[in-house]
Amino acid sequence: MSQYVIETSGLTRYFGGKCAVDQVTLRVPRGAVLALLGRNGSGKSTLIRMILGLLDPTRGSATVLGEDCRRIQPATRGRIAYVAEGHPLIDWMRVSDLESFQKGFYPDWDDRMFRTVVEHFDLASNARASGMSRGQRAGLSLALALATRPELLVMDDPAMGLDPVARRTLLEAMILLTRDAGHTIFFSSHILDDVERVADHVAILDRSILRVSCPVDTFRARVKRLTLVFAAKAPPAPEIPGLLEVRREENELRLTLANYSEQTERIIASLGAVSTSESALTLEDAVIAYLGDRSRQVSLLEKTREAGVI
Amino acid sequence: MGFEFIFSPGSASPIFRQIVDLVRLAVATGKLKAGEQLPSVRALAERLVVNPNTIAKAYGELAREGIIDGQQGRGVFIAPPRQIYTKAERLRRIGPLVDALISEGLSLGFSAEELVDSVQQKLARLDLQPAPARKQS
Repeated sequence: MSQYVIETSGLTRYFGGKCAVDQVTLRVPRGAVLALLGRNGSGKSTLIRMILGLLDPTRGSATVLGEDCRRIQPATRGRIAYVAEGHPLIDWMRVSDLESFQKGFYPDWDDRMFRTVVEHFDLASNARASGMSRGQRAGLSLALALATRPELLVMDDPAMGLDPVARRTLLEAMILLTRDAGHTIFFSSHILDDVERVADHVAILDRSILRVSCPVDTFRARVKRLTLVFAAKAPPAPEIPGLLEVRREENELRLTLANYSEQTERIIASLGAVSTSESALTLEDAVIAYLGDRSRQVSLLEKTREAGVI
Repeated sequence: MGFEFIFSPGSASPIFRQIVDLVRLAVATGKLKAGEQLPSVRALAERLVVNPNTIAKAYGELAREGIIDGQQGRGVFIAPPRQIYTKAERLRRIGPLVDALISEGLSLGFSAEELVDSVQQKLARLDLQPAPARKQS
């Protein structure tokens, strides 16, 4: 049994002339809860769909549970559950129809799990998917996924549009799945407080390119923010390897850096600041530093101040 | 088990670190006493809706610091008070924090007396129990 449940190598997908996923090499360790982060349009859904064999790559390869993603056998599919973006369900079906439909594909179907989750979301077995709220659709999708006791649960932005209560239940469902040793969750999200609670690994897609893939703690330790104070107006930031984000405000220069090294330290020391201090970053700050536009050295707020917009 | 584990995601301090700090402070202030049982990794993970690895990491650190004893399968308990560090090592660890307090405090314009006062006020608010006899281990 491989240590990795998902392995991709140079996975690439073009839509027409546009590259949606660019040479992604990613490994998801067995038992991990991995959060896939990235801005809208960065390629997260395309990557997920290729991994599940729902979309062929233009180049590169991927395996899931040891099998080529382009030829996943039904028995292997029975060990994977997928919650697609927006919780799509077959609208005319009732809860009980969807249950028996899904059950047919999954040999390890757990009736009690299904009942418990469905009841938790107050869903009657004769309720139709078409009449459900977003939270209820999410609940039913979760019930359908969890009842398969999946070895690998893949969810594409499952928190999208959910209220805080439904979102918390989603997190509880994910923690519930970790009761089964060696079961893996691969999900995309924009809600970093949730990610911080449930994920132990993080991957970041930035404009089609995978820029980070490691344990959450490693990621946080890797990103540093320094505030340099100058006697006069702060100089523009120099070329520094690993520079993620620059903010200049009057006599302050705030640098967010990845992979801080002795070389970085030397460059920073040469700038002649009167003081340099390091501040801790929230997970959200660190992610935004990775995803922001590096050519932009001032925030929107600073820009409006400079332009005299009130 | 009345102890409340309060933490907030989205903080500059990771969740495992917040839990370590919380338990450490509760032990230091006598809110958690030697022999008291903490929830298992799994139970606390489910109660707080946090990845079990995060809790395991926090407990691992607390065990290394000698604050909790965790025997496999028997539960997690607050350890009897003991010093795992020598006096010199403890001074080495607290030194930089005291230095930071002094330099920040003085540069903000506080007097030495005001700094000592503010530390004493904070300590008074913690309602510290008399320190139990500590033995070196």
